[in-house]
Amino acid sequence: MSDHQPSQKELPEAPSTAPTPAGISRRGFLKGAGITAAGTALLEGVQGFSREAVASTPKGVKEFGPEPFPVTLHINGKEHALQIEPRTTLADALRIQLNMTGTKVSCDRGVCSSCTVLLDRMPVNSCMTLAIDAVGHHVTTIEGISTDEQMHPLQAAFVRHDAMQCGFCTPGMVMSCVSLLEKNPHPTEADVRYAVSGNLCRCGTYPKVFAATLDAASQLARKA
Amino acid sequence: MATHTTNPYSDAILSAAADATETTTKTVSMPIGIPGYTLHEEKRTVPTSEPPVLPVNKDLDYIGKSPERWDGNAKVTGRARYTADVQLPGMLYARFVNASIPHGKILSIDTSAAESHPGVKGVHVIELLLGAAVLHDPSLERSKYPIVRYAGQPIAAVAATTPQAAEEAAAKVRVKYEALPFVVDADLAREPNAPLVFPGAADQAGTAGGGGSASGIPQTGNVHGPSVRKHGDAEQGFKDADVIVDARYTTQVQTHSALETHGVVADWKPELLTVYASTQGTASVREELAGFFRLPKSQVRVITEFMGGGFGAKFGAGNPGVVAAELSRKTGAPVHLMLNREEEHLSVGNRPSSDQRLRIGAKKDGTITAIQLISYGTAGCGTGAGCAGPATNLYKWASLHTEENDVFINAGPAAAFRAPGHPQGAFALEQSIDELAARLNLDLLDLRDRIDENPVRRVQRQIIRESALWKSRNPRPNADPGPIKRGVGLSQSVWYRHLSMNCGAEVRVHKDGSVEVLSAVQDIGSGIKTVLAQILAEQFGVPPGKVSVKIGDTNYPVGPNSGGSVTTASLTPAVRDAAWQAAQKFLASVAPALGAAPADLTLTGGMVRSVSGKFQPVPFRTAAAKMNTDEVSAQAKRIPDYDPSKYDTYGGVDIAEVSVDTEAGRIHVKRVLAVHDCGRPMNPAQIISQINGGVIQGISYTLFEHRLLDPNYGIMVNSNLDKYKIAGSYEVPQIEVQLTESYIGQSSTDASGIGEAAGIISAAAAIGNAVYNATGVRIRQLPMTPAVVLAALNQPQPSMESL
Repeated sequence: MSDHQPSQKELPEAPSTAPTPAGISRRGFLKGAGITAAGTALLEGVQGFSREAVASTPKGVKEFGPEPFPVTLHINGKEHALQIEPRTTLADALRIQLNMTGTKVSCDRGVCSSCTVLLDRMPVNSCMTLAIDAVGHHVTTIEGISTDEQMHPLQAAFVRHDAMQCGFCTPGMVMSCVSLLEKNPHPTEADVRYAVSGNLCRCGTYPKVFAATLDAASQLARKA
Repeated sequence: MATHTTNPYSDAILSAAADATETTTKTVSMPIGIPGYTLHEEKRTVPTSEPPVLPVNKDLDYIGKSPERWDGNAKVTGRARYTADVQLPGMLYARFVNASIPHGKILSIDTSAAESHPGVKGVHVIELLLGAAVLHDPSLERSKYPIVRYAGQPIAAVAATTPQAAEEAAAKVRVKYEALPFVVDADLAREPNAPLVFPGAADQAGTAGGGGSASGIPQTGNVHGPSVRKHGDAEQGFKDADVIVDARYTTQVQTHSALETHGVVADWKPELLTVYASTQGTASVREELAGFFRLPKSQVRVITEFMGGGFGAKFGAGNPGVVAAELSRKTGAPVHLMLNREEEHLSVGNRPSSDQRLRIGAKKDGTITAIQLISYGTAGCGTGAGCAGPATNLYKWASLHTEENDVFINAGPAAAFRAPGHPQGAFALEQSIDELAARLNLDLLDLRDRIDENPVRRVQRQIIRESALWKSRNPRPNADPGPIKRGVGLSQSVWYRHLSMNCGAEVRVHKDGSVEVLSAVQDIGSGIKTVLAQILAEQFGVPPGKVSVKIGDTNYPVGPNSGGSVTTASLTPAVRDAAWQAAQKFLASVAPALGAAPADLTLTGGMVRSVSGKFQPVPFRTAAAKMNTDEVSAQAKRIPDYDPSKYDTYGGVDIAEVSVDTEAGRIHVKRVLAVHDCGRPMNPAQIISQINGGVIQGISYTLFEHRLLDPNYGIMVNSNLDKYKIAGSYEVPQIEVQLTESYIGQSSTDASGIGEAAGIISAAAAIGNAVYNATGVRIRQLPMTPAVVLAALNQPQPSMESL
């Protein structure tokens, strides 16, 4: 263990609504690569803890890593304390450390969006997001949008329309479409195509993904 | 009709015939043909033990309907655990060390730095490589380690406590090579002085998904072939022809790009090797592991509860399976070894390229007098680039001459890929047939009506003929005056009734009224779990969602390897037979309590009934409580097709509407109408899903996908999904699927598969024909990128006819 472990106090409280420090150079990279197509708005409030980031922050902020250090992630409404190396991606923290394997990793470089989760309400590629950058934010994964008793209406629509085959891309597709419906309750098919334009499906289930999402939207609209 | 005798499934068909041991038979009347068109009854002689003949789908409660995908909830909620998701106590993560050069001899491998890396628990160096073609005479190469024949070939692997530690340690393995000359261009590889990929004759065995080459094929330099087939006198056929269409077509290498990469979690224990595998064949994985490690099959268990796509590339344990098992044995811990995306592109399969010269001779009335196909294609350092299936099997001909050649290059070995050889072959054949129609001044559908004997496609062409999309087609090419031109094109496809006789299933009925089906078969995304649930639902009157489906585990009765569209055709009759037999045992079990003889009882519509009217119908569940044991069960295996003399092919007819931007060179596929058959459709929604996927994969192949190898360095330059473009949401056209319900009277379910015939075979040719219709220019090269389109448009294509 490094003697540079941050205490929980040094890291932002989870969840944080406070203004965050000005951007760092790596954020530009995250904006382009970490955010899925539906999340074109900027990933505000994401803090970097890499060495170059430390160099540009005021004195008094400690370096973290490369050894594991404790953080708390706020996932699906629950706090999870874990030890992570700074390089750990959010996807690996979820899948390997927390055994939340609904989030899939397929390309591991932000192209296929199988790993889509919501950071606050923004869909991001968790394979391109450092776990440490999720500190202070609400992370919502596929496991967090339904309960054992009640699926999200969009999930139910996916089942009704058979909007899956092998199912490996499905959690990512669902997360992208959930985010779409939160932002746009009355999407057109073009909106759905845009929302999942970063989600690859090799089985070719797109037509039913479009249909399911539009159906879920109209069902939600009727309930509203 | 001639059939494709080189298919890898013929063994299964032969064994089916040899397996016919039933002695007592009965004659039954079965529905045959297409409702609304050709439906009639025919007699079949079947074993007495067979269940009653199923009526057509409209008269059934669950089969032929589209209940929700049985594991849909698990998939949409993320509860579904794929191999990549498996976590076992004490599990290690493994990473491969891969060759950095395309051809060479390994002089030494130093693993010491890797072994002392923190977290590392074991290192394994590969001494026997799987997957590639193998030299007939291994003494031609003296080397301690496998010769490196492609960049990315696995050499060793490291297991460590975290994936990061394994990755770091793998980078510390030092490999010294003696580099050898290499060739990665299939045209250059055919030159007389090209570097040799193999120093002598070599062959790659096929898998349960097809691929591989026939044995006894000659080899000259890097050219493994030709594999020759001759029927009749083609030379005479061309002399007899009024018209000869002669053209060259080229297609690229496509990678499977399943979203879940190849991989396993292996857990070696002295008494049992348990392997979680992302596979299309639990049986094939067990077979290879048992063979490799000389273990009794009973001591190898393979589990595949969910798998994230295979498309033909995932059979057997392969290098990942064997290496993970080795590492688990060495470390005494379970080992998780999933390939990364680059490895997935490089080392575990691809669809071979093709360079085809196709000549078709025909009389004025369209009668084909001769077909000649000379093809070269590269399966990397493997074999299996043949593509003569469509030319051989789609139309009737007076003579046929095909020569298929594999060209070795220093690239990863090919693997079966959804309808092996057929998208390539159909791309050439169906464009040439269109060209023939134009030369003969015949309608495209009329010509095919004359030369295609398949009765189902005849109906399908009629459906196409009457469709609004086809009617909207302007038969005159290049009719639009503007720069963006619209066109509609057609292609047919053909696939075969391949069967696996490795189909067993057990059906259990419990006293509480619950029912379950068990089979080692795996669900690769096509939805076999749902179909099995529907079969039990039909038998017991229990909704499919209430049926327990336990599959993907070699602890259950053996299941088919899912390749070549065999799963539904092969397994469903065994499951229905088991369900029927279990129902008979159930009736015998409740008969005493109901005060009736078993022969007086039937189970239909979810009710136990007395034929003689002894009692009012009793619900199945109520009756089950009266069973005289807690459980009854029955196992059944696949029996041969009822009438194997009726060897059926399947296929479909697809039409595509494109717009071609003649200034930008961009092809946009706007609409597709896909008319397909697969015997009795068991679950239309799932079949439509597969056809949507076949069409989209076919469009992706036609327009985008292209494995690019750098000729100077011999490495793949686009080995991730950011540079290897596959179709996404913007490239998906409006797809309309029309299923042709087609009864053939072959089994107790009369079902067939759809995976291969589902659009991928015909997409490229349909788009090619549509582009011709739009522009008057034929594009005979894949992928049809803007550069290819622009080159074709600016340059009138020379006709090889005049050569």
